[in-house]
Amino acid sequence: MSGARFRRLAETGRPRVAITVDGAPVEAMQGDTLMTAILTARGRLRVSEFGDGPRAGFCLMGACQDCWVRLEDGRRLRACTTFAEAGMAILTGAEEGADAF
Amino acid sequence: MRSDRIVIVGAGPAGMRAALVLAGAGLNPVVLDEAPASGGQIYRRQPRGFTRAYDKLYGFEAGRARALHAAFDADNRIDHRSGTLVWNIEGRRLQTLHDGRPETVEFDRLLLATGAMDRVIPFPGWTRPGVYTLGGAQVALKHQACAIGRRVVFFGASPLLPLVASQYAAAGAEVAAVLDTTPLRAKLAAMPGLLAGGKTGWKGLVYLARLAARRIPYRHGITPVAALGSESVEGFAYTDASGRRHEIECDAIAFGYGLKSEWQLADLAGCGFEFDAGNYQWQVVADEAGRSTVPGVYLAGDGTRIGGAELAEIAGERAARAILTDLGDTGQGAALAACARRIGGQARLRRAIERAFPFPAPLARAIPDDCILCRCEAVTAGEFRASIDRLAPHDVNRAKAFSRVGMGRCQGRICGPAAAEILAAARGVEVKEAGRLRSQPPVKPVPVAAFADAAEDAA
Repeated sequence: MSGARFRRLAETGRPRVAITVDGAPVEAMQGDTLMTAILTARGRLRVSEFGDGPRAGFCLMGACQDCWVRLEDGRRLRACTTFAEAGMAILTGAEEGADAF
Repeated sequence: MRSDRIVIVGAGPAGMRAALVLAGAGLNPVVLDEAPASGGQIYRRQPRGFTRAYDKLYGFEAGRARALHAAFDADNRIDHRSGTLVWNIEGRRLQTLHDGRPETVEFDRLLLATGAMDRVIPFPGWTRPGVYTLGGAQVALKHQACAIGRRVVFFGASPLLPLVASQYAAAGAEVAAVLDTTPLRAKLAAMPGLLAGGKTGWKGLVYLARLAARRIPYRHGITPVAALGSESVEGFAYTDASGRRHEIECDAIAFGYGLKSEWQLADLAGCGFEFDAGNYQWQVVADEAGRSTVPGVYLAGDGTRIGGAELAEIAGERAARAILTDLGDTGQGAALAACARRIGGQARLRRAIERAFPFPAPLARAIPDDCILCRCEAVTAGEFRASIDRLAPHDVNRAKAFSRVGMGRCQGRICGPAAAEILAAARGVEVKEAGRLRSQPPVKPVPVAAFADAAEDAA
């Protein structure tokens, strides 16, 4: 697993929000998007379903649709426009190489 | 007049100002916007619980952002429905997803203020983790107080290039270099127009001075070669104006070539389009007051003409006054003329910005065959060219059918401009002859489960 991609520069005193990403605990902060929560903990967000490697989002404004992840219950969420909520269990498909969309 | 249902799509500067003008005239506009809070991209607000001050978030535009936010929040005649994705237009009905629930919103007059996104040209390695748009890099900082990496290279040709790079530097991120694809002589030729157009050009010089004060290199006339690395970005390779190759170590790259309008809803509404040579892109046809070619459908802001937040706000006011005029208010003439003067006064500046940050179309035509063109479906430029050679599509819609380029989840928002250039190059025509990707509902992915749930509730 590669290191964190995003780097927090400010606003680090916010309450913590516990989620899991592919089963591993991740400490997010209130107001984090799922993209921020995931990419401050690791280097990638999902894996391209066409075998061309990992992805970590692109436009961050809900246009490119390259950051969709799943909840364990099967619901799909766009990581750049969805806020992290306590207890969310995110599956990225990054571990098992599964289709994340 | 008061019974007219007026709906505005988009709560950025154009939509917010339009709503305020309509509310000021005693109307109750409905404002639909996908985001959880008003502001759009440029005046996007940080989430609740964040504490940075306005000048930290918006720099020179802090006063404007604060004024617009405050006025919009205080006006209870505006029915602002945040978290609402408008995904289709059928006649006088908008189909929406509001906090995950399908809804229908009917209108008599519709103002589309749908904003813009970064325009990009794929380059080798651009799908790798660590490569983002300039606007995306800015959102990470403004909305999430994050940098996209530890050491960032910024490149492209966009007013956002010096702006976002200097914002990153000021926020404490390491900026490895700022690399402009525009040749220095083109930038210098645009300078008189930039500086004659009010404060905007001077602000640009301040950004450059701030980068220089931190000894951050700013190079002109570069050509991107590749994002280096395997699993994520480890560097950026480019050639300089004299053709020499350079590599810079970095773990993130932000790039873009100006903005492109988000006009999918105008397309679904049946609005006319034209190719704008200055902005070098397809735009929705609007008259001098922001009326589209479809009666009752109005346009304002970057979704119609790329011009930035200040112009968007004026265009929002203008479209609102056009709506009032069309509703029978005969007292809008002077205010409309004032809007037109303010917009006209920026025309020289707009042309200078277009010349200072031109879209480098030759780069798009020269995308290497093994480079991914469509990131949704991982189709390479070579595969796209092969489909063109084999099946000879006349326009981008046929080319899409033959190659799936533009058929992915983003509907060609990302790859569309480059794909059109490649097709035009293959056909030996100008890019406008390659046509424009048609928009399809839903304009963004919508979960089918939302409709199944609604059907169950209704049963």
